[in-house]
Order: sequence, then C-alpha cells, then structure tokens
Amino acid sequence: MVLKEVKSMLPPGSYYFSGDEAVAEGAIAARCGYYGGYPITPSSEIMERIAVRFRETGGVFMQMEDELSSICSVIGASWAGARAMTATSGPGFSLMQEAIGYAAMTETPIFIADIQRVGPSTGQATRPGSGDMMQAKWGSHGDYQVIAISPWSVQEMYDQTINAFNLADKYRVPVILLSDEAVGHLRERMEVREKVAIFNRRKEKGAPPFGAGDDGVPPMPAFGEGERLLVTASTHTEYGIRKTDDPLVHAKLISRLHNKIMNKREEIVEYEDYYIEGADVVVIAYGFTARSSLFAVERLRQEGKKIGMIRLKTIWPFADTLIRNLGAGIKKVFVPEMNMGQIAGEIMKYAPCDVISFTQTNGEVIHPYGIMEQLGRLL
Amino acid sequence: MATDVKQYLRPDAPPMPFCPGCGDRILLRLILTAIDELKMNMGEMLFVSGIGCAAWIPSPNFNADTLHTLHGRAIAFATGAKMFNPKLKVMVISGDGDLSDIGGNHLIHAARRNIDLTVICANNMVYGQTGGQVASTTAEGVLTATTTAGSYYRPFDLCRLVNAAGAAYAARYSVTQPTLLVSSIKKALQTEGFSFVEVISPCPIQFGRRNRLDTPKDTFKFFEDRLTTKEDAEGLSPQELKGRIVTGEFSNGRC
Repeated sequence: MVLKEVKSMLPPGSYYFSGDEAVAEGAIAARCGYYGGYPITPSSEIMERIAVRFRETGGVFMQMEDELSSICSVIGASWAGARAMTATSGPGFSLMQEAIGYAAMTETPIFIADIQRVGPSTGQATRPGSGDMMQAKWGSHGDYQVIAISPWSVQEMYDQTINAFNLADKYRVPVILLSDEAVGHLRERMEVREKVAIFNRRKEKGAPPFGAGDDGVPPMPAFGEGERLLVTASTHTEYGIRKTDDPLVHAKLISRLHNKIMNKREEIVEYEDYYIEGADVVVIAYGFTARSSLFAVERLRQEGKKIGMIRLKTIWPFADTLIRNLGAGIKKVFVPEMNMGQIAGEIMKYAPCDVISFTQTNGEVIHPYGIMEQLGRLL
Repeated sequence: MATDVKQYLRPDAPPMPFCPGCGDRILLRLILTAIDELKMNMGEMLFVSGIGCAAWIPSPNFNADTLHTLHGRAIAFATGAKMFNPKLKVMVISGDGDLSDIGGNHLIHAARRNIDLTVICANNMVYGQTGGQVASTTAEGVLTATTTAGSYYRPFDLCRLVNAAGAAYAARYSVTQPTLLVSSIKKALQTEGFSFVEVISPCPIQFGRRNRLDTPKDTFKFFEDRLTTKEDAEGLSPQELKGRIVTGEFSNGRC
C-alpha cells in the first residue's frame, strides 16, 4: 500500500481509552470527514465521542433518523469525497445490510464499526457476542466481497480503524470492524504514535470509474470534480451505464468485484501465531475470545502441554491458505467462539485435521478456565 | 418553452425508457428548462434518485453527477453528499412510492432539518415500475393491481406533510401546467433550505389502463379535471375537496 505519513490528531503518548473511544480516535486520526449514525448499545460511545471531537477537527457529524439513512448518508458522503463511517450493533447492522450490498456493487469505500452484542434480534443489548461474523460476509443479497477485521485490544481498535479506512480506499470496498461489547467497553492503555499512515484515493481524470481489467480496482473520483459520474447499483458498464439485461456485463462486473478482493487476499489477510512450534493442538480465536484463549494456552504451555494458538485479525476474506497449510503435526484445532460455531464452520472447510467447535452464547465472555477445561480433555 | 434541453443530456445515454404518454418524460424536459432559465451549471449539480420510473429521469439522462440509489433512500444519500460538500447543488428526483411510502421517514426528517436540497416528487399515484400497485398517494376508490375493489385508504397530502415537518418551500403542480411548474421548480432551486415540488405526472399504462382510461389523453384528462387552485379550494368544504388535486404554493414562510 502506498501510504502518506501525516501527523496524528492527538499528541503522541499513552492514553487510557475504551475500545469505542479508540475507534472514534482512530477514525479522526485517519482523517474521517463524515460520520452518519444512529444510537445503539454498545456502540453509542463511538458517535458521542465523534460528535464532540468533530467540532474540533471540522468533520461533519449527522445523527440520522435510523440506521438505513445513516449508512446511505455515509455512502453519499463518500462519493462527495469524504472518508466516511458509521458505527452500530446487531439490530442496526441488520438494517444496514441492503446498503452494504449497494456499497459493494458501486465500489464505495465506507467504514462500519459493528460492536457486536448477543442476539438474535434485540437479545441482550449490553452483553457481548460474535453472532454477526457470517452476517458481515453474507448479510446482503447476491455475491459480493467485503473486508472484515476483528480487533482484540483497545490499541487494535485504534490501529485497525486507521487500517480499515486505508483498505476501504485502496480496494474501494466496505470494510467492517467486527468487534464486540467486551472490547468496545474494555478500558486499557494504548499508544498514539507521532505519525499516521494514510492511503490517498487514486484519481485519474476521465478513467472509467467502474472498470479495471479482471481483478483491478478503478480510481475513485468524487462528485463535483467535473467527471459527470453515473453511479448506480444496477448492473453497469465501466462508465456506469445501466445494463440490466446483458449477461456478459453482469458476469464481468460481479467476477471483478469478487476477484479484486479474493486475488489479493494474501496481502489483505493478517493473523498472529503463538507457541505454534511443535503444537499438537492449536486454538484458533479472534476478538475478545483470543484474549481468554491466549491466557489458557500460556498456562497449559507452562504445564508442558503441546499447545499453540492462531489469532485471526482478518475475518473476511478468510485466511483459507493459512488453515489449509496447518502443519502435519497439528492433530486438532479448537475454536472457541461467542456464537454457535460460525467461524469453526469456515475453518472446517479448509482444515486438514479435526476441528472442535466450542460455543458459548449466554451473553458472557468465554472464561480462560472454561477454555483450559475443554483443552484438558483434548490433550 | 422552446428551450433546447439536448445540451443537458448525456450524449452516450441509451434511449429513454419511458412508456408512451408517460408524464415523467415531460417532467424531465421541464426540470431542464428550469435549470436552463436559471443558467445553472450542470457541472456543479448532483442529481440523486431512488428506485422507480421517475428515478430514471436524471439517471443516466442528465449530463451531471448522478447517484441512482436504493429504493426509498435517495434523500438519505443526498443528505450525506450535501452535508459533506455544501458546494454541490443537490436535486433529488424520484417517485411518490419511493419518496413517501418506503422513504417517507427520510422525507420528513430532511424537511425538519431544513437540509438545502430540492426534492422533485413525480406523483403518478401508483407504483408504476412494479406493475401498478396501490401507493400512499393513491386517491380513494382508484383501482390498482392490489386494490381491485378500489383503494380504501386516504392518500397522503405530501405538501401538507413536508410543510408540517418544516419545509422552506412546498408546491404542487401538474405536468399539464408547464409554465407554473417551471416557475415553481426555479423557486425551489433558489430556495435556501429544504424545497419540495410535488408534480402530478400521469401514468397511462399502470394507472390509466386499470381505471378504464383507454388512451394517454384520457389519463391526462382524468387528472386535469381534478386540478383545483389553492385559491379556489379555500371556498370548498372537505366533502367538496374529496378527490380534488389542489395546486399552488404551500410554503410556510420559514425560509
């Protein structure tokens, strides 16, 4: 990624933030210029902080009448040239799905922070869950790709928000921060560095705004730049002319929207591994659950157990190559999640070994001792 | 009315999709006439539309930035674009079903916030593109695909609705009143704040056909016969006003 270094918006140093506040500060550091949102627990602290801080930084904040208008206004602002975002939780995320498909189809860079709570439906508004993992990928109709990231710390809420804006602009795609209430409301120390790296939208006068070979990303013009843009989520040519009965135009467009992400997934996907050398059993976790998992894995390692861990930082596109290439020595993969096994199912598609799904959907975080107890049976 | 509107049309746009006798094609011309008379620069304009026949008036025909959006959400998209870049002159053009049924919430909230948008609502009193189903604007007794015994609910009075919500300018005219309509669209474009023009735009195919109005001429006459000026309406009882389409300006003087 070609990045430009700009000054952080906060003075460098240590800060004691909640995860939600760190998302707001990350967005401000990433030069987010527009926020459109609607209050919902447990994400509201993001918009409250943005509302205050945009008065200092000059961003445009709109509290809209619902989540439908929130995300649509974000897409409108993005085409007007803004780095634009919204934040929400399960019920609001559900309402936004149609527009996420619109953003994917029109290749609009947008950022959505989904601070997950336990569902389905209203569920327990103040309790964590990871029930939106599949919705983030498949929530809108039709075939499309998004990028989704799952942070596990307040520091990552900040850093990954900045990264998310860069990915959105680089790939012209919706990027979703799949966090959860536990990380959103967690308070811990984080560091703000002197500089922030920003990806500037590529501009190319007169170039087709919706065409770039088989897997390319077109430049991203804006309204008011004299390009006389035609933006539509109907099937369209590379200049945006609607073609709603031409099979070739549709197939070409959908395949490029798919390929521009999937052919670059080795660049996009990030993960970390811990104690993976010589491990018989590997825990694969993400988000808050990865914190509990690491505690459990370190304890068991101290006891001499051959156990390691992989933390998925990127959820979508999925780390399929990583899972396919798990070493021959690994006998079992253990996947703890605050849902009924959404990512375990994805891992099962690719894993060359047994996959054990450990699920908990009671609105509580998965306790390290719970993971240790389960792992004790496997080792 | 001899304005050459071709200069405002996108040269590479495909043939227009409107049915024979569609009011939207007349409206397309009248909007561009208003823009021409105001000598507005299409390069600084953004046209936002939702889903439906009227949404195809600007997209892809107008040679300007156009944003063809989701069903009902045009005003929300327009709000984000206008708020981030206030230099854009933003016009929303969509149908009655799009703006007042599925999108009604955004309509009243944009009026309440007095966002500087001009909204042109092409009202054919029916869902045209999906085959002629009842809309929130369909008059009582009208036959549609989903009210085969006649519509039984009261229609929205969209001008009163946006006025009550705080619109800076609201007016209603028919495409059969071109001079008045062009002048009203010009006023709307010059209004600072939320302006709304409801345009009676007959649909001979989906509305006329089901109501035994056999030709476009009959459909146009059906609407023309019901037009009543605001001034004439003042002397009429609610009973006498039933089924009438009151035309005129309904601004509440907030601008």
